[in-house]
Amino acid sequence: MNGHLIQLSYFAAAVLFILSLRWLNSPKTARQGVLAGVLGMTAAIVGTLIAPEIVDFKWIAIGLAVGTVGGIPLSRVALTAVPQRTALSHAFGGLAAGLVGTAKYINWLQHGELTTFRVSAIALEVILGFLTFTGSLMAAGKLQEVIPTRPITYRNQNLVNLLLLAAAFGSGIYLAFFNHGYWPAYAVIVALSLVFGVLLIIPIGGADMPTVISLLNSYAGLSAVAMGFVLQNKLLIIAGALDGSSGLILSVIMCKAMNRSFSNVLFGAFGQVQATAATGEAKTVKSATAQDVADILTHADRVVIIPGYGMAVAQAQHRVHELYDQLTKRGVDVKFAIHPVAGRMPGHMNVLLAEAEIPYESLVEMDDINPEMAQTDVCLVVGANDVVNPAARHDKGSPIFGMPIIDADKSKTIIAIKRSMNPGFAGIENELYYDDKTLMAFGDAKAVIGDVVKAVGGDGAGVH
Amino acid sequence: MLFVFMLATFVGFQVIQNVSRLLHTPLMSLTNAISAIAVVGSILIAGERESDITTILGTVAVAASMTNIVSGFLITDRMLKMFREKSK
Repeated sequence: MNGHLIQLSYFAAAVLFILSLRWLNSPKTARQGVLAGVLGMTAAIVGTLIAPEIVDFKWIAIGLAVGTVGGIPLSRVALTAVPQRTALSHAFGGLAAGLVGTAKYINWLQHGELTTFRVSAIALEVILGFLTFTGSLMAAGKLQEVIPTRPITYRNQNLVNLLLLAAAFGSGIYLAFFNHGYWPAYAVIVALSLVFGVLLIIPIGGADMPTVISLLNSYAGLSAVAMGFVLQNKLLIIAGALDGSSGLILSVIMCKAMNRSFSNVLFGAFGQVQATAATGEAKTVKSATAQDVADILTHADRVVIIPGYGMAVAQAQHRVHELYDQLTKRGVDVKFAIHPVAGRMPGHMNVLLAEAEIPYESLVEMDDINPEMAQTDVCLVVGANDVVNPAARHDKGSPIFGMPIIDADKSKTIIAIKRSMNPGFAGIENELYYDDKTLMAFGDAKAVIGDVVKAVGGDGAGVH
Repeated sequence: MLFVFMLATFVGFQVIQNVSRLLHTPLMSLTNAISAIAVVGSILIAGERESDITTILGTVAVAASMTNIVSGFLITDRMLKMFREKSK
């Protein structure tokens, strides 16, 4: 009887999870999706609690309580810190998989019930779980900037990493096919996976974090799938596969957005390519004051704002929203052009702008906005750099050559707000700033836009 | 089992490809919470009372998964609440 009830609750959970993701296809139904997810998870937990194997509820209750207490503060972090929180949760997911795998190994070892299939599945679960655990902790540390974000590289790094991984799999194969009970080999798998996770992330620079987070997301999902194979539990396999495929899709999107391949992200540290030595000729830029910027913006019909992570660092989103309101009120058509890798994780910029109460209809993806750039009067670049660098289109020597960009240079006027002429994160000169059509407004993004807002407002009745 | 995995991956690809790019960050935190289904395996270990060591491992795993469930769903909802339409 219980058996049927458990299967039924697992079935309901699987259906609800799929619906939950389906409803995320539009912001209108998305919150319904969260509700479906919560109901699905509740069904799964209740269904598990009535399982006959469970004889002691005390430790389960303690675990659930600790998790709840720990989870609430983690859900209240600032939105700029969401990438770190996400990385941290991948770490917890990996940890849970690694620990459950280890517990099953110990159990079956004591009862002499290890089989080749069981050991293989456990080895896979534990390798994926523990490498996701330490790898994600490293990624979270880099995003939180408690660990240097700059790639750390040394000679033969890739060879060392591959050998470590091969040794972990080798131990797994030995355990699975030759000697199930030889637990030191198991300990070796655990140790190597933990070390491999750290070494995998060390050479990866900050610019590649969106891809890495997506990839670790995929690993966390796959470790849950492996747990499903160990425990012969279909629900684990289904939910893990959903997570795994989601992570994979996002990784592919991120890679495409940077014109890089997976292996390139994992095995070739970005930033190794030194920016081609600054050419001797003194290039000049035109600078503009906040009043100039305000004049240009109020006389435009179509404005596209291109935000980058620098905008969030300067906490300028709310000023940008004020500017958006002011201009929209004057009949200027204002849109935001969102590059897929703007921010520190997929979709991050959209969330940051949504927090600043900018309606989502005004947020336009790169591929949709580019055809409109030639008809755009003013492009306002706030805290973005590489994603508007035209060198990506034509300069084969540039490290970002081939990366799809937002065609800011095709608009009639470009205004870039920037602290100074220092090259950005990736250390690459941006020729857009030297374009005849470009005006530079130097200063802190929040202060500059604040001044522009004041100047626009100061025009009083001035309707163009 | 392999069949279930492949089918679920296929469904995942179909469904997730339709998710608006606007919502990719909430998507990731939601799938995070969903993959915390590892809580099911963790509960089975923590509750079966096999040995002290496995009970400890299971309990830590339950806590780790539950953290993901609670923070994952709450933060997803918090972010989605912020997406608003033009007020006209």
